[in-house]
Order: sequence, then C-alpha cells, then structure tokens
Amino acid sequence: MASVTFRNIVKRYGDLTVVDNLNIEVADKEFLVLVGPSGCGKSTSLRMLAGLEEISDGEILIGDQVVNNVAPKDRNIAMVFQSYALYPHMTVYDNMAFGLKLRKTPKEVIDRKVKDAAKNLGIEHLLQRRPRQLSGGQRQRVAVGRAIVRDPKVFLMDEPLSNLDAKLRVEARSFISRLHQQLETTFIYVTHDQVEAMTMGTRIAVLNAGRLQQIDTPYNLYHNPHNVFVAGFIGSPAMNFFDARLKSDGESVVVDTGVFQIQIPAHEAAPYRSHVGKEVILGVRPENIHDRRFQPADIEPAPVTANIEVVEQMGSEIVLYLEEGGKTFIARTDPRTHARVGARIDLAIDVANIHIFDRQTELSLAYETKLEAIARRNNN
Amino acid sequence: MAVLTEKAKINPDLKPDRLAVGLGGLASILIIFVLGFLWLRDGQATQVVKAFVAIVWGVSGVAGLYFFANMSAESLPERWMKRVQPFVFVGPAMALLGWYLAIPTLRTFFASLYNQQGEFGLSNYVAVFTERIMVEAWTNNILWMIVGTTLTVSLGLLIAILADRSRFENIAKSLIFMPMAISMVGAGVIWKFVYDRNPDIGLLNAVVQSAGGEPQAWLSLVQPWNNLFLIVVMVWLQTGYAMVLISAAIKGVPDDLLEAARVDGATEVQIFFRIIIPSIAGTLVTVITTVIIFTLKIFDVVMVMTGGQFGTEVIGVRFYREMFTSRNDGYASAIAIVLLLAVVPVMIYNLRQFSKRETF
Repeated sequence: MASVTFRNIVKRYGDLTVVDNLNIEVADKEFLVLVGPSGCGKSTSLRMLAGLEEISDGEILIGDQVVNNVAPKDRNIAMVFQSYALYPHMTVYDNMAFGLKLRKTPKEVIDRKVKDAAKNLGIEHLLQRRPRQLSGGQRQRVAVGRAIVRDPKVFLMDEPLSNLDAKLRVEARSFISRLHQQLETTFIYVTHDQVEAMTMGTRIAVLNAGRLQQIDTPYNLYHNPHNVFVAGFIGSPAMNFFDARLKSDGESVVVDTGVFQIQIPAHEAAPYRSHVGKEVILGVRPENIHDRRFQPADIEPAPVTANIEVVEQMGSEIVLYLEEGGKTFIARTDPRTHARVGARIDLAIDVANIHIFDRQTELSLAYETKLEAIARRNNN
Repeated sequence: MAVLTEKAKINPDLKPDRLAVGLGGLASILIIFVLGFLWLRDGQATQVVKAFVAIVWGVSGVAGLYFFANMSAESLPERWMKRVQPFVFVGPAMALLGWYLAIPTLRTFFASLYNQQGEFGLSNYVAVFTERIMVEAWTNNILWMIVGTTLTVSLGLLIAILADRSRFENIAKSLIFMPMAISMVGAGVIWKFVYDRNPDIGLLNAVVQSAGGEPQAWLSLVQPWNNLFLIVVMVWLQTGYAMVLISAAIKGVPDDLLEAARVDGATEVQIFFRIIIPSIAGTLVTVITTVIIFTLKIFDVVMVMTGGQFGTEVIGVRFYREMFTSRNDGYASAIAIVLLLAVVPVMIYNLRQFSKRETF
C-alpha cells in the first residue's frame, strides 16, 4: 500500500514527446483510471511507473521513494497486461508462484498464498492446467491472481479487459472493483474505454496527446468537463457541439448558434458575461435534449425544433439523429416519444446542463462556478 | 473427398460399368506409357518435338493414371472404396519412396552380410566395431557429435541473444551467416590454408609467430587436438544456421512475457533461463538434433583437410575409402547400415518434435 506521484514526467522518443509534463498524485488505496484515445501516452505513463520504460524527465515516487532508477523487480508493484502475458510453459500454479519463488519465499507460504488467491478468484480447479487450456476469462483471472499473490504496494493494469467479449467485460468490471475494495491497495488502471473508466475509477485522469486534460471523480468529469476534449470524450453518445456567439439581453445572456438560441437566465449568466460578443462552443449532452411533450418538470427548457433523420429504438430510451439548419445533433429522449423519420419534432434543451467553452482556448467558461456548486451540493 | 464420399453413399453397390471403364482406362494409359517411352527412345524426331511430346505425354499420363485409378476405386462398393481410395493418391508416392529408399536400404543391408571373400555372416559388423581404424573413427565421430554440436548450438544461441539486443543486429547476423553460403569442400580448402605449416601462408601460424610462438603443423602433428581444429571448421559453417533459427525463435517470444517476468522480480539471467529457454525449447531441440545428424554424417571437411590421416578418421571417410578405394562393398555397406541405425533414433525424435509442435 502506497501513494504514487508523477512529478513533471516527460517521455520523449527522439523528437517525439509522448508524455508532456504529467503531474498526478494518487492517494493510497485509490483506484485511479488513466483514460484517453490511443496514443495519448496513458500506457507509456503506466510503463514508466512499472519501470519498463525509461523516464526522460521528472520523477516518479512510490510512497516517499523516488523510483526513477529502481529496477522493476525492486519496485514492489504487480502488473496485469492486456495480453495477460502468462508463461505458456508453466501451469497456472507455477505462473502464480513464479514471483514468489524468485523472492525465495518458503514453499509452504507460496502454497498457501497461491491456493488462497486461487480460491478467492474461483480458479482452484485450474491450478494444474496450462494457459493455452484456459478460456479468455480464466486467463484474465490467472493474470490477476499472479498479481495478488505478491501483495504488491501498487497494482497496475494495462487494458486488462480489452481482450474479453462484451458480456465477460461487464462481469470483470465489477469483479475488479470488488477486488479493489477487498484488497485495499492502490490501483492504477489504463483503458481507452470511457465506460470502464467511469464505472471503476474513484478518480479518472483524462489524457490526450501526452497531456493531462483533467483529473477528477467520474461525477465531476461528467458534469463539469474542463475543456472541449474531456466533454467530448466522456459520455456516450458523445456531447453535441455547436459553434455559437454570446449576446447580451438585459440581465441575461443569449447563446446564438445561428440555428437556435438559448437564453441563460440572469442568476446563471455571471461566468459568461465577460465573453459577450465573442465566439464560443456550446456543448449539450444528448440526454439534456428532451422531447418537449415529455420534458421533466424541474428543468429550465429552451425550445428547439428539428428534423428527424434516424431513429434508434433502445427500449429504455430513443436515440434521435436530428438535423436543423445544416447542423446535425443527437438526442436521447423518453421512450414514449413518437418519432418518425422525416418528421419534425419539438425539443427542449435543459439550460442548467449546457456547457459553454471559449472557442480559442476550448476551456469551459463556467468551470470554477460549477466546481463551487458541486462542492456546495456535496456539503449539504 | 467429401464430394466423392457423398456420391458413394447414394449408390453403395458395385458399379461394373464404371469399373470396366476405369480399368480399361488404366490399361490404355499404361500402354501409352510404354509406347511413348519406346518412341522417345527410338523415334526419329527433332529434340524440340521430343521434349514437347515428353512433357505432354508425362504430365497427362500421370493425370490420366490418377483419374482412372480413382474412377475404378469409386466404382467399388462403399466399404471397399473407403479402403482403396487413399492408396490411389498416396500409393504412387509410397511406391517411389520404396523404390528409391527402401529397396536400396535393403540391398545395402544384404550386401553388408557378405565379406570380401563372399562368405555370408556378421563378420563385417564385427570388423566395424573392432578394427583399430574403425574404433578411432567412432571415437572421433562421438567427439564431433559432442564438441561440434555443443559449440555450434551454444555459439548460435549466444550470438542470437546478443544480436537481439544490439544495434548492429543485421550486420552481425549476416556476417555469422555468410559461411553457410560456402560449400564444405570450399571451407575445407580455406581452413587448410589457415592452418598451413608455413607462417607466410597459414594465418594461425602467422599469429602464433608474431606472438613469439613456434609455427606448428596443426593438422598433422598436433594430435589429438587436430580433431578440434577440424571441428572448428564445421562450427564456423553451421553456427549461422543455428543462430538464424534460434534468433527467429527468440523474436517469437512475446515482449509482454519478458516484461511480466521483469515486474515479477526476475533478473535478466533468470529471464533467459526460465522464460526464454523454455519458450524456444522446441526450436533448440530441432537445431540440436539436426546438427547431431550433420556431425554423424561428416565427410567433406575431413576428406579435404586430412583425408582421415593423423588420427582424424571419421565414419564417413571410412565408408568412402572402403567403397571406392578398397572396393570392399560388403564392409562399406555395413558401415552405412550402422551409421543409418545411429541416425534413425535422432530422426524419429526430431519428427516427433515437429508433429508435437503442430498441436502446440
């Protein structure tokens, strides 16, 4: 058990900077997820922490110790690989015992630890098999088992679920979450799948092009994305973006997309006033665009009308692909919505849940305000 | 095959008309073969025409053989068809192998039972294992097998693993592999110069002399070490082969495995012995057995460099001398048979490894 600190970490391959000045503090017993599109530097960061890649600049600490020059074997970490990397010539038992044997652990202790872990993971009956005789899900458990028997200070997982089929992946997600609660150890988990990140992490670090975009709890990332990238990356279907201009209308501020206008009431307009007259990006999540007939009572509706291009029946909801004035967007509406391709539909955007970003910096204008609001809400 | 079997199921009885056509076709093809052969041998035609006819005659003749043999097999009742049909296709290959391989082996074996005086018995075999020169040859061959194989494989392994981590991998590997392109006889000639008594010719003696030593007649007078000097030539030739196969196997070990072991706490040496070696065990066995067979059959290097004199006699040279110098067919045959028996177990083990790896 230990905290992990990335301090000004840089990774370069020649002229190419893969990780650029990464600063993350992971508290003891935390489940931190590194998420981002492929090539964003998340795996590289994890591998630097594991000692499998050299650090070009900066420091990595495990606990209080700088580990830049510590060999992987002396870092007291365990890693689950995407391919599982089970030793094909060893039985499951030997795979799990390998690390302990190298550390000259007494035989009885190894035996007890391996059997306990196997029992815990439900793979006791597989101990004498070879990896090639196991299914994908079983291999994944063995890989996890090989990590737990070592009682490491930090668990590293590099996309451990991406080789599983969809059903197993959902099971494995809750299995790993339970494991984290049970082991009370620091977990650092890399994935490109924002659903995995949202469901498993206590905190999530979103990376793009080698830079940390935002690090926060799943709730805050979703409700208060710091910039356009995070807003678009977290959530599925992705957030709709509209180029817009802010206008002043007495006490309130109006967002004009050219297709529709949204009036932001005076009591919420404060963070936007400085940008009146400027170009912005309006972000609206599909779930905040409602069929006007079924709009919830507690929202602040802004009316929009659009043409329906595609209707996806999900059962619990309907996903509509909409078009208005040459601009396409997506809405997730009430399952009772009567939607027909080619018809027009009256919609309501929930003004309380819109996001406005500066067109130049792509930063959220109301980030600080919303942060305070969330903090207030949590304190109540 | 599936289509053929289905046809047979619909009609499981003997079809005499088809059988007749099939056998008739077979007979006419055989006649065409014989006539064609006679015409090609004795006929009056230009070379070009003959060559063209030979190609058409040969290829279509073989195709016709298969076609009519298969037709005959298919016309049999289902039970018999299933038994006969495989042989229609495997049979010709088996027959050729038998003709070129099995029969000569048997004839060699029978020849080995008669000594030079024409007496029947095992006297040749007794001589093979008791004659002084033969005992020397056996001892040397065992030396070749153990020292030669060990050096070749361990050097190949070492170079493969070092090259794998070097920036100069391709250059290094090309250099090591290059001798493979040289024939055994060529290599023998090259190294004969290297070992030459005269330091103006012999590289080794030039080095020894410049280091203040006395030039030696390495291949003749430095006994029994001259055997090792010969083995070095084979190692020089074969290390490239071992290296290439082992190197490919090492590249086939996933990086993830090595990294997992590193995180698990293994040192680089432990990774080598506990992860890499077991992962490439199949290839290692193949390389080792191949080189063993190679050393058992060694002939050219010794023949060219010492001719088997100065205590460097080996089985291969012995066989050649008995067969072509002494004209002692029976004795030579006995040597060949014993050598064959020595190689066969290694071959069988090798083949088993191959088939095992297919299911791996």
